[in-house]
Amino acid sequence: MKQEFLSGDEAIARGAFEAGVRVAAAYPGTPSTEILETLAHYQDVYSEWSPNEKVALDVAVGAAYAGSRAMAVMKHVGLNVAADTFFYASITGAEAGLVVVTADDPDMHSSQNEQDNRHYARFARVPCVEPTDSQEAKDLVGAAFDISEQFDTPVLLRITTRIAHSSGLVALGEPRSTERDAPPEYRVDRAKYVMVPGNARRRHPIIEDRVTQLQAFAETFAYNRVELGNTRLGIITGGIAYQYAREVFPDASFLQLGMTYPLPEKLIRDFANRVEQLIVIEELDPFIEEQIRLLGIPVEGKSIFPLCGELDQTIVRRSAIKAGLLDASPSPPIEQKEQDSALPGRPPLLCPGCPHRGVFVATNKLKLVVSGDIGCYTLGFLPPLGALHSCGCMGASIGVAHGISKADIAQKHVAVIGDSTFFHSGIPALLNVAYNQSDTVTIILDNRTTAMTGHQENPATGKTLMGQPAHEVEIEDLVRSLGIPLVLTVDAYDVKAVETALRQCLDSEGPAVIVARRECALLPEARKQWVALSIDAERCNGCGLCFQIGCPAVIRSDVVDAKSGRAKAQIDVLLCTGCEICAQVCARKAISFRDA
Amino acid sequence: MKSTNFLLVGVGGQGTLLASGVLSAVGVRAGFDVKKAEVHGMAQRGGSVSSHIRWGEKIYSPLIGKGEADFMIALEKLEALRYVDMLRAGAVSLIGDMRVPPLTVSSGGNAYPGDDEIRRGLSAVGDVRFVQSLRLAEEAGNVRAHNMVMLGALSTFMPEIAPELWLSVIEELVPARSIDVNRQAFQLGSQSC
Repeated sequence: MKQEFLSGDEAIARGAFEAGVRVAAAYPGTPSTEILETLAHYQDVYSEWSPNEKVALDVAVGAAYAGSRAMAVMKHVGLNVAADTFFYASITGAEAGLVVVTADDPDMHSSQNEQDNRHYARFARVPCVEPTDSQEAKDLVGAAFDISEQFDTPVLLRITTRIAHSSGLVALGEPRSTERDAPPEYRVDRAKYVMVPGNARRRHPIIEDRVTQLQAFAETFAYNRVELGNTRLGIITGGIAYQYAREVFPDASFLQLGMTYPLPEKLIRDFANRVEQLIVIEELDPFIEEQIRLLGIPVEGKSIFPLCGELDQTIVRRSAIKAGLLDASPSPPIEQKEQDSALPGRPPLLCPGCPHRGVFVATNKLKLVVSGDIGCYTLGFLPPLGALHSCGCMGASIGVAHGISKADIAQKHVAVIGDSTFFHSGIPALLNVAYNQSDTVTIILDNRTTAMTGHQENPATGKTLMGQPAHEVEIEDLVRSLGIPLVLTVDAYDVKAVETALRQCLDSEGPAVIVARRECALLPEARKQWVALSIDAERCNGCGLCFQIGCPAVIRSDVVDAKSGRAKAQIDVLLCTGCEICAQVCARKAISFRDA
Repeated sequence: MKSTNFLLVGVGGQGTLLASGVLSAVGVRAGFDVKKAEVHGMAQRGGSVSSHIRWGEKIYSPLIGKGEADFMIALEKLEALRYVDMLRAGAVSLIGDMRVPPLTVSSGGNAYPGDDEIRRGLSAVGDVRFVQSLRLAEEAGNVRAHNMVMLGALSTFMPEIAPELWLSVIEELVPARSIDVNRQAFQLGSQSC
């Protein structure tokens, strides 16, 4: 059998291919992005970046209504955006398999919260399956589609960052034949698919009955498995936590749940009866634990293992020792040298040449309160720029800025939002600014890509996920059509131009939009333009203004200015892209421009 | 459950991912169960990154626990010190000679640790070897191949794995035009320890 070394994300893409998925839609979001990026290489599968997760899920629902296996992929907070669709899809079911992949992010490696999306499964009465490694990630896609079709329900495939971004050996399978004798026809069933109250009322008991049937199915589901060892300790677990638990308790008995909603009651009772002590090891919320408690079975979980953050074998082992489940002595040594806390940190930062930097230098100069959004530019909140004052979720900046303005705040304030985030959920908020009239100034940071997740295409890049040419939306036209009277376009590298545009917008009555345009410096075309600048050490007096822009390429030299006693600046030629923002802030004109 | 745990650390954009791909593939080719976990934050360039690679008969957790790493391969010097709590007693630390001062050093007030400090910090745990990764990669034809120099140095601690196996994996995973440079870098690295 052919084996490949695949990440969880790659394995899910492979699984979708093997399961005969015809339509897949997603909005990029760490740690889920690579699933569609991988799937896009399979030409038999139609894959797209939708503008947001709700649209992506509606697209998948439509394809499944039309009789094709379909999948929507998102990070955990994406399911908040798509929740409306998730619920109606649960009530209607579909004509073919529908799988929703949610990639949760315990420890918030790149997210604003740590929500446990297994709750959505119970909330919407949708089964939830969870893999423990790449092999299961691939295999469970196929199992999820089978469940979806057998029970006429969407299936939630939940992974976490550690599954998504870890790799292991995967035995590949043969793809399911997707050949059709004739083009499919849309099957009309108004009572099932038109969710007006009368129809939805009739569907609700069907959905509740479906849960009961799924419970029975879970009793024999192949991925709910008992691994019997020493019966003094029985561990119920699911997802990546299984692996950590296996490392720490090699001899214990396990009930590994590949389906964490609904739970197999009889299997759990039988397992509980066979072991002396029962515990649950799961990441984040006590989701399995609470369901077991509801069965009246004595169990411990979050009283032993942490609720916040990721687990690993070290945390599981330490917690177990503390709770007296393990002896400290025979286990591997865990008292090791602690990390040196005085070590210089390496915080994430805006890259050298980042066009967002120019905008933040200007908003700082005008001392503006800035409502931020989700993207690379969120990093503008960090010192030394400190230019961003709130950031909540995708698309929030404009609505928040509008609210600030309605609350009679005296300071001038603006919203900043990236191009892709604007398309995602900024458009309705800007429509509101135009409709309900506030003097909000919205800066659309148009770097011509979806940068933070690794340069995905979007509706303004002129290309689709599968590489097809596409209409390039004109942001200025779009914004004007919403009813914004003042729309200015500037080069984000031109600090003076950004500042002038900002002043003009702040001085005028009513809403305004500035499109600060400059492509991400890491895009291939931009890289070709990289030229390193230099600093005239004679002119530099070490004033440090250039350090305030927070560019990794502007560094302290070993030369100290005799008068000021401060280190002069120098440019790291390996990092500098030649964006000239430092040259524009230098009061001594000590930094060269590109054509100098 | 015996496993060999490699912790590869560096700075984003430095070649950590390619090196961890090679190390994983060598383990697979040598007949082990292998798991790899990439750990990185939000930064595209310049952030701290690490890869956990584990070889063994059967590997459960993709992560290396604290105090469980047998080898640390640091492509950047400062990052070596950041992960000292991951090493087991007697671990081998291979430290390349690339320095990427973080913003807190380059334009802030912090100091970049010197080699003596790095050696002191790590030798309390195990064996510390400095590898002239940049110089040897340059000698091979491209400084960017410093990651292969480091793998070459690592290979000398695993005599049971034939150099040909490493080289064949490198040939498969690096771009065709840079195969010779990367092979040469690996070989120079393997002669340096």
